[in-house]
Formats: sequence, C-alpha cells, structure tokens
Amino acid sequence: MIEANLLRTLEEKVAIEEAQFDDLPAIIAIDSDLTGIQKPEIWYGYYAPVMTGAQRTFMVARHEGAVVGYVVGEVRAWEFGSPPCGWLFAIGVRKDVRLAGIGTLLFNALQARFRRLGVQTMRTMLHIDDHLLISFFRSHGMTAGPFIELEMGIAPAPSDT
Amino acid sequence: MKLHQATRYAIWSIVELASRPGEQVAASELAAKYRISQHHLAKVLRLLSRARIVSSTRGPAGGCTFIGNANRLTLHDIISLFEEDAPADGQGADTPVASEVARVLGEIDRITSATLRSVTIQTIINNARRAEARSPVPAAADAPRKGRDLSDAG
Repeated sequence: MIEANLLRTLEEKVAIEEAQFDDLPAIIAIDSDLTGIQKPEIWYGYYAPVMTGAQRTFMVARHEGAVVGYVVGEVRAWEFGSPPCGWLFAIGVRKDVRLAGIGTLLFNALQARFRRLGVQTMRTMLHIDDHLLISFFRSHGMTAGPFIELEMGIAPAPSDT
Repeated sequence: MKLHQATRYAIWSIVELASRPGEQVAASELAAKYRISQHHLAKVLRLLSRARIVSSTRGPAGGCTFIGNANRLTLHDIISLFEEDAPADGQGADTPVASEVARVLGEIDRITSATLRSVTIQTIINNARRAEARSPVPAAADAPRKGRDLSDAG
C-alpha cells in the first residue's frame, strides 16, 4: 500500500510504457480487483494483436518496476459507419494509487498515440450507471457522441422452452 | 430539458464562484455579469448557503464564496435542490400503450440522469476554459445568452 502523502508526488515517478507480455498477470490482477471478475482470456486476447504488429495500443503505468495501471485502445474505421477514430477499450488504475493522476497520464498517452496515428476523435463506451467513470472521461473533455447504443434481449426459441 | 430560472441562476453562480476559489464575490457582480435580477439571485444564493455549497457574508464588503468540492459536486446535485420530479398520476398505467410510453420516458430519464450525475462543476469550468482557449470571446460578450432549450419556466 502506498501512503497517501506519497500520492502527491507519485505522478512524477510513474512512467507510461508499452505493455510487455510479462505484465499481463499484473494487469489481470488489477482488472480483477476493480471489476470482481478474473478474465485472463480477454487480456491475452487484447495483447495478441500487439505481438503480431497490429496497430493495437496497449500501455502500462509503471512505478518502481510494478504495473499500477493500464490502457488499451485501437484505431478502428467504418464500423457502424464511423470514420476512423481511436477507441479506448479499457483503462484501469490500481486501487491504492488512485487520485494521483495516473489515469490522466494513461488517458493523455493514448490520446497522443491516436493523434500521431492521424485520427481526430477518441471514443469509448461504458455502462450508463457508472457515473464515476463517466465523470472521469467527461473531466477530460469527452462528451456524448453522435452514436447511440441499442439492444434487446433475445428470447429463447419456442423449441428451447 | 427545461430548467427553472432559479436553477439556471444557481448553476451559473456556482460555476462562477467555484472558478474563483477562496474569493468573495458580491451578488451584485454576479447579477451584472450574467445580466440577471439581483433580487432573484439573492433568493438562490440563500438556498445555496443553506445547502452549504456557498458561504455568504453580509455587509458592504460582503459576498459569496464557494465552499463545496468542485470535483464532486454535480449538476444533478444542484438541479435536485431546485427542481421537483413530477409525480406519476397513475392514469392508464395498466394499459400496454401507457406502459410502453412510460418505458420510453424512463429511458430518457435514465440518460438524463447519467449525464447530470457525471458532469461536475469542475468539468464545466474546464470545458468552458477549453472552449474559450479555442475561440476567445470578447469580455463584453462574456455573459451567457438564453439557450433555445432553457425556457423561463419558473
């Protein structure tokens, strides 16, 4: 556990770097702690395009060698009719080092990467009731975009009942 | 979304005061900047003072100071002080059509609620500053104009 009085200077000591394969267990542990669900297959899946040289961005925040946060994103084009834009798929910071600006460092690093890749829009999607995370993204300038998500439950076929 | 006049005055006042942390701002200055009635503004500031969002000092050198947490105070917190939810009248609620209309209205309410609960006062300040940096406006045009979607309902 990092002491609260160290959080103020923590931001300066954190490095944002490309994620390495060996970082995945730490990333999975942080995500599991944040969401309550361990899903290693998702994280190895997120990392696979990095290994093949695809334009997937997968970065970590590192403090004294330890992974304390992560961000994953990718430029996608013409899905749902959308011109090329940078998608932020996941962002997380270890609970004991929150409120130290690490999420902002990761967010800004991804934004800078997207800028270098030539896209002018950054997009994400999250649960409508996750007001804290929505608030984080809004505080960095994100607002509701021109797309809206629609869904419906799929009822079992009569033969299934 | 329609907001009462008092609600809009409250939002403008809080954002203005929170953007000047620790500063005591006279109600007359707020009223002049936003071109609003000082009498109505005084009522709004009294309510905000009771809610411990601002502190006010009387007298010639008096004024208001923001004492809330701009990173935590949301538009929903402010609006819920001034606006009341319309109670459902229950008429026709047991028909399929009324149920479907109620579901659609609930969908709208959920989106509205998520928006208002996630926009903090600091976010409004930051976004206003970003917008100003992109296209600076002259000081004379500083006061907000009445938006098409914000009617004087109160």
